[in-house]
Amino acid sequence: MPMTITEKILAAHSGRERVTPGELINARVDLALGNDITAPVAIREFEKIGAPGVFDRERIALVPDHFVPNKDIKSAEQARVLKTFSAKHGLTNYFEVGRMGIEHCLLPEQGLVGPGHLVIGADSHTCTYGALGAFSTGVGSTDLAAAMATGEVWLKVPESIRFVFDGELKPWVGGKDLILHTIGDIGVDGALYQAMEFTGPAIESLSMDGRFTMCNMAVEAGAKSGIIAPDEITRAYVEGRCRRPYQFYYSDPGAKYAKVYHYDVSLIEPQVCFPHLPENSRPVSEAGNVEIDQSVIGSCTNGRIDDLREAAKVLKGRKVHHKVRLIIFPGTQGIYLQALREGLIETFIVAGGAVSTPTCGPCLGGHMGILAEGERAIATTNRNFVGRMGHPESEVYLSGPAVAAASAVMGRIAGPWEVV
Amino acid sequence: MEIKGRVWKFGSDVDTDAIIPARYLTTSDPYELAKHCMEDADPAFPMKVKPGDILVAGKNFGCGSSREHAPIAIKAAGVSCVIAGTFARIFYRNSFNIGLPIFESPQAAEGISEGNEVVVDVDNGTITDLTTGKIYEVSPVPAFMRQIIAAGGLINYVSERMNKK
Ligand code: SF4
Repeated sequence: MPMTITEKILAAHSGRERVTPGELINARVDLALGNDITAPVAIREFEKIGAPGVFDRERIALVPDHFVPNKDIKSAEQARVLKTFSAKHGLTNYFEVGRMGIEHCLLPEQGLVGPGHLVIGADSHTCTYGALGAFSTGVGSTDLAAAMATGEVWLKVPESIRFVFDGELKPWVGGKDLILHTIGDIGVDGALYQAMEFTGPAIESLSMDGRFTMCNMAVEAGAKSGIIAPDEITRAYVEGRCRRPYQFYYSDPGAKYAKVYHYDVSLIEPQVCFPHLPENSRPVSEAGNVEIDQSVIGSCTNGRIDDLREAAKVLKGRKVHHKVRLIIFPGTQGIYLQALREGLIETFIVAGGAVSTPTCGPCLGGHMGILAEGERAIATTNRNFVGRMGHPESEVYLSGPAVAAASAVMGRIAGPWEVV
Repeated sequence: MEIKGRVWKFGSDVDTDAIIPARYLTTSDPYELAKHCMEDADPAFPMKVKPGDILVAGKNFGCGSSREHAPIAIKAAGVSCVIAGTFARIFYRNSFNIGLPIFESPQAAEGISEGNEVVVDVDNGTITDLTTGKIYEVSPVPAFMRQIIAAGGLINYVSERMNKK
C-alpha cells in the first residue's frame, strides 16, 4: 500500500513495515527538545520516573531562549534548572546565552535535525523541522520527561492533507504569506490532528528559510506537523552540517490524503493577519488605515537570514516612523553574525531600529518589547492571540518581514511597494 | 467513575495564552498558576471557580503553545474536567499525561449552558445535563490512553514499565 512521507518516517521509527492513520504507536526519537519554560516541568517529572539516567546524552537539546538573557530572578531560577540538569547528565546540547538562539532556528543550524528524523520538542513550534523532510511535532513537558528517560514517545499516526502550490510568486511574497493565506483559508483548526504536506513548484522554489517559515506555522492550523519533501535545496543545507545520518523519504504516488488543496500562488498577495486569531489574514492592500506603535521582526517564524535581508531591503536608506518602535531580533548568534557581516545590522540601526540579542522575548510577551494597554504591533511572529505580546487590550497583526519593515517606516500597516 | 459539577462556559478557540498568559510562566508551581487560570478570557474566573466545577467550551480548546502549565493551571484551580467540541492536540495529550479528565462532545459543548449541573459517566461515555435532562455521548478513549489514565498519568506508566525491564 502506498504511504505518505509522514507515514514512512513514523513506520521507520516504530520498527514496522507500515503504519496507518489513527494507529497509536511508540516511536523512537532522534532528538528531544526543551526550553526554559517547558524543561523545568519536564525535569521535575523526569526525577519522578526514577530512571538511571537519560536515554542518550547527545540526543537531548535544552535551549533556554524564552526569558533569556534572564529577565528577572524567577526566570533566572528556571534557566538554571536546565543548566544544572545538563551538567549532571553530561548533555552535549545545552546552549548558553552568547552561543544560543531561538530553538527552532538553532537546532537545524547546528545540524541537530536532518531529513527523515523524528523529533519531539516541548514547544509547539517544533513542527518547524518538517521543512527538512523530518517528522517533528510539539508535545508537553511530561512527554519530554518520558522521552528523556526512554528515548520513545507515544504518537497517533496522523492523516495527511496535501497542499499543492502552483504558479510563480509575486514580488514581496514569501513563505509567510503562503502559510498565512493557507491558514486564512482552512482556519485555525483546519488541520486538527493532521499532517500538512506542502508540495508543488512554488514550494520547490522556496529557500530553506522560506520552508522553515511555512512548516513553523502548521500548528497554527491545529496540525500535528508540517512537512516538505527533501530535494537539492535540502541537500545543500544539510550536507556537511547534519551531525547524524539522515535519509530522504518521499510520499508514494497514490498515497491516501484526507484532503487536497490547490493554490495558485500568482494570485496570492503579501498578507497581514488581524487580531486575535492566525486565521484572520487578508491581503495587505485591503488592510485599511491601521496605525501601529511597534514593529517586531524576528522569532522562530521569520528570524532567519533571508528574513533579515528582506527587511533590510525595505529599510535601507529609510527611517522608522517617529511614532514607531522597531525591534529586530535575529534567530541565532550565527544569524546575527551573518547579518552583521552583510551590513544588515547597520542598516537597521541607521534606520532607527533596535537590534536585540536572540531571544523569544517579545514574541510571547515575555520581555524586550511588551505592549501597553491599547498599543498595536505588527510582527513577523506566529500568534496574535489576546495578550500575546503584552497587555490583554493590546493588538498584534502578523505579516512577513517586508510588510513589517514597510509598516515601521510608514507608521501604519503598509505594503513594501509604498516604501521602496 | 462519575464526575459531577457546575458549568463555566467558554467559546471556541480558547488558546493557551488565555488559559495561562505567558507573563506568568516564570513559575511552574501549580497553585501560583491556578491564581491566573483563564484570566485573559475572564479576569474574574480565578475568584469565581470552585473545586469540582466543570469547563465547557467550543471547538479547538487549548490551541496555541505546548505549555503544560495550561492543563496544570486548570487542574490546580480545582476544575474536575473539561468538555469541549474538540481539543487542540498538544492540550489533548498533555491533559491525559497529567491526569486532567477531558471529554470531546460537540453536541454537549453546544447544548450545555453556563451554571447548569452536569454529570459525566466516564465508563459508559455519557454526559447528562441535570438541569435540562439532556444526555450526550462522548467520543470513546483509545485503549492505550485508558492505560495511561489507569496508571495515574504518563510518568507512572513509564516508571512502571521501566522498573519491570
Ligand atoms: S519565537 Fe515565539 S513562537 Fe518561537 S519558540 Fe519563541 S516564543 Fe515560541
